[in-house]
Amino acid sequence: MSKPAVSPREIVRRGDALRAELGDELRDQIVAGLYDRAGRIAGRSVQAAGSGHWNLDQRIDRVVTSRWLGLPLMMALLGLVFWITILGANVPSQMLADALFRVEGVGAGWFSAMGAPWWLTGLLWHGVFRGLAWVVSVMLPPMAIFFPAFTMLEDLGYLPRVAFNLDWLFRKAGAHGKQALTMAMGFGCNAAGVTSTRIIDSPRERLLAILTNNFVPCNGRFPTLIMLAVIFVAAAVPPAFAAIAAAGSVMLVVLLGVGFTLAVSWALSNSLLSGEASAFTLEMPPYRRPNILRILYTSLIDRTIFVLGRAMLTAAPAGAVIWLLANVQAGGVSLADRSIALLEPLGIAIGLDGVILLAYVIAIPANEIVVPTMLMCYLGGTMMVDVSAYDQIRAVLVDQHGWTLLTAANLMLFSLLHNPCATTILTIWRETRSAKWTAIGSLMPLGIAFGACFCVAQGARMLS
Amino acid sequence: MSADGCGACPAHVQMAKMGVSIAGSDHVVALAGNPNTGKSTIFNALTGLRQHVGNWTGKTVTRAEGAFSVEGKRYKLVDLPGTYSLLSASQDEEISRNFLLFGRPDCTVVVVDATALERNLNLVLQVLEITGKVVVCVNLMDEAERKGLQVDVRSLARDLGVPAVPTVARDKRGLAQLVSAVSGVISGETVTAPLRATPPPAVGAALERLVPLLRKAIPGLPSERWVALRLLDGDRRVREAVLSGELAGLADRQRIPAPVETSRVTAIAGAQ
Repeated sequence: MSKPAVSPREIVRRGDALRAELGDELRDQIVAGLYDRAGRIAGRSVQAAGSGHWNLDQRIDRVVTSRWLGLPLMMALLGLVFWITILGANVPSQMLADALFRVEGVGAGWFSAMGAPWWLTGLLWHGVFRGLAWVVSVMLPPMAIFFPAFTMLEDLGYLPRVAFNLDWLFRKAGAHGKQALTMAMGFGCNAAGVTSTRIIDSPRERLLAILTNNFVPCNGRFPTLIMLAVIFVAAAVPPAFAAIAAAGSVMLVVLLGVGFTLAVSWALSNSLLSGEASAFTLEMPPYRRPNILRILYTSLIDRTIFVLGRAMLTAAPAGAVIWLLANVQAGGVSLADRSIALLEPLGIAIGLDGVILLAYVIAIPANEIVVPTMLMCYLGGTMMVDVSAYDQIRAVLVDQHGWTLLTAANLMLFSLLHNPCATTILTIWRETRSAKWTAIGSLMPLGIAFGACFCVAQGARMLS
Repeated sequence: MSADGCGACPAHVQMAKMGVSIAGSDHVVALAGNPNTGKSTIFNALTGLRQHVGNWTGKTVTRAEGAFSVEGKRYKLVDLPGTYSLLSASQDEEISRNFLLFGRPDCTVVVVDATALERNLNLVLQVLEITGKVVVCVNLMDEAERKGLQVDVRSLARDLGVPAVPTVARDKRGLAQLVSAVSGVISGETVTAPLRATPPPAVGAALERLVPLLRKAIPGLPSERWVALRLLDGDRRVREAVLSGELAGLADRQRIPAPVETSRVTAIAGAQ
């Protein structure tokens, strides 16, 4: 091919010169022309007849997005989903735990009978397998209920209504109204939530949405919150109200998360990321009949199995690491005890303890395994004998390790606010391509978590 | 009109879903459209994949790829993020626009919502400015019906100069017709004559001067009029693409014969 007669630079220069001649109205002319032609063509090919269905959507919307009923209705729906999850997950969780821990006992027994060395039995059965068993029994039942319920709301077309209801709050915080949508995605998975911020046009508001996405608890953290709510909150009220109280407290944590999202967005948009909130059009899709089979498929295969698979993948090595920490000794004291002792003062200062902090360090790859990790640290090499999952956990935490309501409340707070998991951090990096914002996105939540827990712990201790 | 009432159209084409095995495909088909018009549903129905479908705007933020085959030909299908326009520069709109311009799909299916045709046509008209190899998929026909809207797809196709196919993707209605319209456009059996805007005189004159230059600078450049118009509008991304030689590389790869003028009437022969 011969060399082009006109250079690209020349083309652009000529284009710019011609643009200067044309003036500023070109864009407006183009857009007006588009609308005009679209209107004429549509007018020719669409004929409308009166129908009642059109109005039904609008009538529902008038209630669902109304100024007074919109927010309470939204909270009621979310509360209902939590309540169903807690009520429904309890029994299957215990049955799974029973079955799996029986397998652990039998398996370890076989290994011993076959003459396997004690450390192999320990590492495989009391380490790796026990980690997996905890993850499956604590996480699978709540997820198998929560995800289909949440997907159902999504399929109905409820999520944009949520964004509509929350829009004014986000605008007041200097953020984009669509951040309500990316926040809702975060309930599923924070990494997915961070990716979904691409729907926000302005870089400033997009960054706000990325940095604060972590403040809504993802699937990996819901089981922790639900378990704590059941063990501590539900146990403190009469059995008839147990599920409602537990659901209420999870709800409270979620609202707190939304509160932190707004507060941090506001603080950032008045400091590092100052600017005006931009306007946008939000489309209300029609309510559509949910496709039950597809909901089950999406929520069970895509979400439940995916999250569980990831949890198991990280739980297996974590189980081994904990078993090793608990069983490898240096100077007569196990490595686990050494690191716990090291972290203990910091843990106590923020109303937690060394074990919890160690669990969070080990669980950086995935938040899902925090509780199993904690339990394995507490239990060390010992075997569990009790049969009922939640009672068993309660016995370990409260009776043996002195947990109080304060510990539980602070752990819920810490779990809500602390740094994002490794996957999310990686996603923040991929989306921002900036070491600075990735660091802020990881360390700012951690700092806030320590700060908030410290204040609560010190406040509670002063009052008591 | 009914989607499957016509005896001549190949409603029973040999079709196979091929999931993500996109290697060695013969043709690339892009799926564009406004948000929440059912692009992902169509994508899943054609490829047999299970990309998550949500009832809210902005569900697909990255493009998904899948494949299907019809009558021995393999098609790669690219599901683009939903956009209202190709003019502004939010990231998801740019993904769509860049793919239409630089990805050079062999055919672009623009999915439109039959219940909001006017707003959806904005995007169709913009796509037509870039490429004439377009099939308009008028989806959600059942919802339009329930709202008492009658969409005359034949008149739409006549006006736009490209095939238009009515579908109800959720129930897989009209998809065979959609696929055969796509293969018709790709094979050249269906000659399209995309409706393009007549610019105001001043802009037209400016285009007259810029387009020949572009043709000289980058011989064989597709969508040259559109590129020229974007330059006149001061489009940052297009300017960069011209300067960096990205557009020139595109023209080299895709040397096409000089555009043939066709009358609008021949455009929809065989489309319905």
